[in-house]
Amino acid sequence: MWDYSEKVKEHFFNPKNAGAVADANAIGEVGSITCGDALRLTLKVDPQTEIITEAGFQTFGCGSAIASSSALTEMVKGKTLDEALKITNQDIADFLEGLPPEKMHCSVMGREALHAAVANFRGEEWSNDHEEGALVCKCFGIDAVLIENTVRENNLRTLNDVTNYTKAGGGCTSCHESIEEILTKVLTEKGEVFEHEATPSTIPTQKPYTMTNIQRMRRVETVLESIRPQLQRDRGDIELVDIEGNKVYVNLIGACAGCQLEFQTLSGIQQRLIEELGEFIKVIPAKLREQVATA
Amino acid sequence: MHSFGNKVGQALKQARQQIQQLLGAEHESEIIFTSCGTESDNTAILSALKSQPDRKEIITTAVEHPAILTFCEHLEKEGYIVHKLVVDKQGRLDLEEYQDLLDKKVAIVSVMWANNETGTLFPVEQMAEMAHKAGVLFHTDAVQAVGKIAIDLKNTKIDMLSVSGHKLHAPKGVGMLYLRRNTRFRPLLRGGHQERGRRAGTENTASIIGLGKAAELAMQHITFENTTVKTLRDRLEQGILAAVPNCFVTGDPDNRLPNTSNIAFEYIEGEAILLLLNKAGIAASSGSACTSGSLEPSHVMKAMKIPYTAAHGTIRFSLSRYNTEAEIDRVIEAIPPIITQLRKLSPYWSDKGAEQFTPTYA
Repeated sequence: MWDYSEKVKEHFFNPKNAGAVADANAIGEVGSITCGDALRLTLKVDPQTEIITEAGFQTFGCGSAIASSSALTEMVKGKTLDEALKITNQDIADFLEGLPPEKMHCSVMGREALHAAVANFRGEEWSNDHEEGALVCKCFGIDAVLIENTVRENNLRTLNDVTNYTKAGGGCTSCHESIEEILTKVLTEKGEVFEHEATPSTIPTQKPYTMTNIQRMRRVETVLESIRPQLQRDRGDIELVDIEGNKVYVNLIGACAGCQLEFQTLSGIQQRLIEELGEFIKVIPAKLREQVATA
Repeated sequence: MHSFGNKVGQALKQARQQIQQLLGAEHESEIIFTSCGTESDNTAILSALKSQPDRKEIITTAVEHPAILTFCEHLEKEGYIVHKLVVDKQGRLDLEEYQDLLDKKVAIVSVMWANNETGTLFPVEQMAEMAHKAGVLFHTDAVQAVGKIAIDLKNTKIDMLSVSGHKLHAPKGVGMLYLRRNTRFRPLLRGGHQERGRRAGTENTASIIGLGKAAELAMQHITFENTTVKTLRDRLEQGILAAVPNCFVTGDPDNRLPNTSNIAFEYIEGEAILLLLNKAGIAASSGSACTSGSLEPSHVMKAMKIPYTAAHGTIRFSLSRYNTEAEIDRVIEAIPPIITQLRKLSPYWSDKGAEQFTPTYA
């Protein structure tokens, strides 16, 4: 049985706003054929102010799908459509005090239903570009389609590349075999051979002793820059604050800040810096700087 | 060598005889203790491939346990050819399709005795005869069947058979592989002389002795399983089917284990049902995707072409000789309001019954 938060249980056992709103004027109906979840979101929107006055849901799905739907309806009530559209799936998960990684797609379905309902109200066509493949990395909820596309688009060659670009494989490591299979498949298609010790495709490595201080700082910056897109994809970001000896101080921003996986994210970045600089580096959140200084 | 060890050795010998009797094996040396059903399954298939390197094909079914299927998919990547027999809507095999595949290229046939989700029984004794005639080794994963139905291996052509301890009330973490005498064999674990060198590694003695005792008790209760437990199962099933609309039994109801009932509740999802059952103190399991963390519903339900709206709502009730009539009646009482509660939330359901709902699929 899943280890659901109290909030998920509360919204599953006693869902809010269950059922359809009778005279709804914004309806979103979405589903995921593979995981068998489906959701009908019915909203009553004031045409003058575009404020959502009533919200109701009907969900076919597991405990967290029902809880996510219930949470969504609570979150959108009283908001204008534009405000509601800013709600991300991470916001829904946060509202529920977290979802297991395998269940994050339930919150994605909630967000999609909302977008579909708004499109319905505005008389627009809603289409979905969301793809869902078999879940490969359970720690970070990364599926096979995303990994394969990322490998292809960025000419990735190693497991480390994949972890750096997608986070997949950066946690418990049990998916490393599957990731290497994807790499083998894509590289074979290109007529190449997967070698597990191949040189990483990004940023040519230099020996640390050849670097001046300024080169070394730039190098840290380059590495962080290369990591940012994947953080931004999760609606987060990272900022370099200072470098002091082997200590690199950073700020995690947006969804990354306070995220449950903050520690794993930082240790992944640290590992990457160690590899790229060829020396030991400690990545420390800037907010902890004083503690480190006094320690 | 010392007298303390000798006592344990005697106890292992007794356990071996107890399981030998339950299986109707001719010789006690045909019993190899392992760590679990999965190890037994993997060992059987690997042994067949290693001992017959010129044979590169495997016949199995689309509804096997992952201990077989996942391993076979791995072997496919290494270049072996795996034939997965399909099943019909009741989960039954087509023996003509099977006959056509049997030839000298096949290293081993591995077909489960009873399906773990539906309890449907496969005609493994007949299939073993067919394999034997074609000169092909036959293995059966009998994890679900042993202790529930009478088995007499000496009068079959089954070459290998897997058992898992906890399925017959032995401790978890012990299993057994039956290996017919004179069957060519290559061990999975090599090392010491344990299990006559066929499974090296220190024996899990306490659990093996537990498995022996469990086998003895199961043997005494085989008739009880097929009369009293079966009656309880039927009572549960009929009670639920009578009280809940839009639900049905999956698998082959006329040909299945006496203790298993798998019911598909249409238009709702299994994990949600389990959460509410758990709250009511009832333990069951589901073929729903969401309970396992995969995104797909059970491969068994897909193989039987059960529609997604029903496949996700399948619940397996497994009874044992320790269940009582009062417990069964409590489940019959608890189920209908749970199903009603979840259907109220479902977009596929209205007060009038099933409703047309066609969402945009992502």
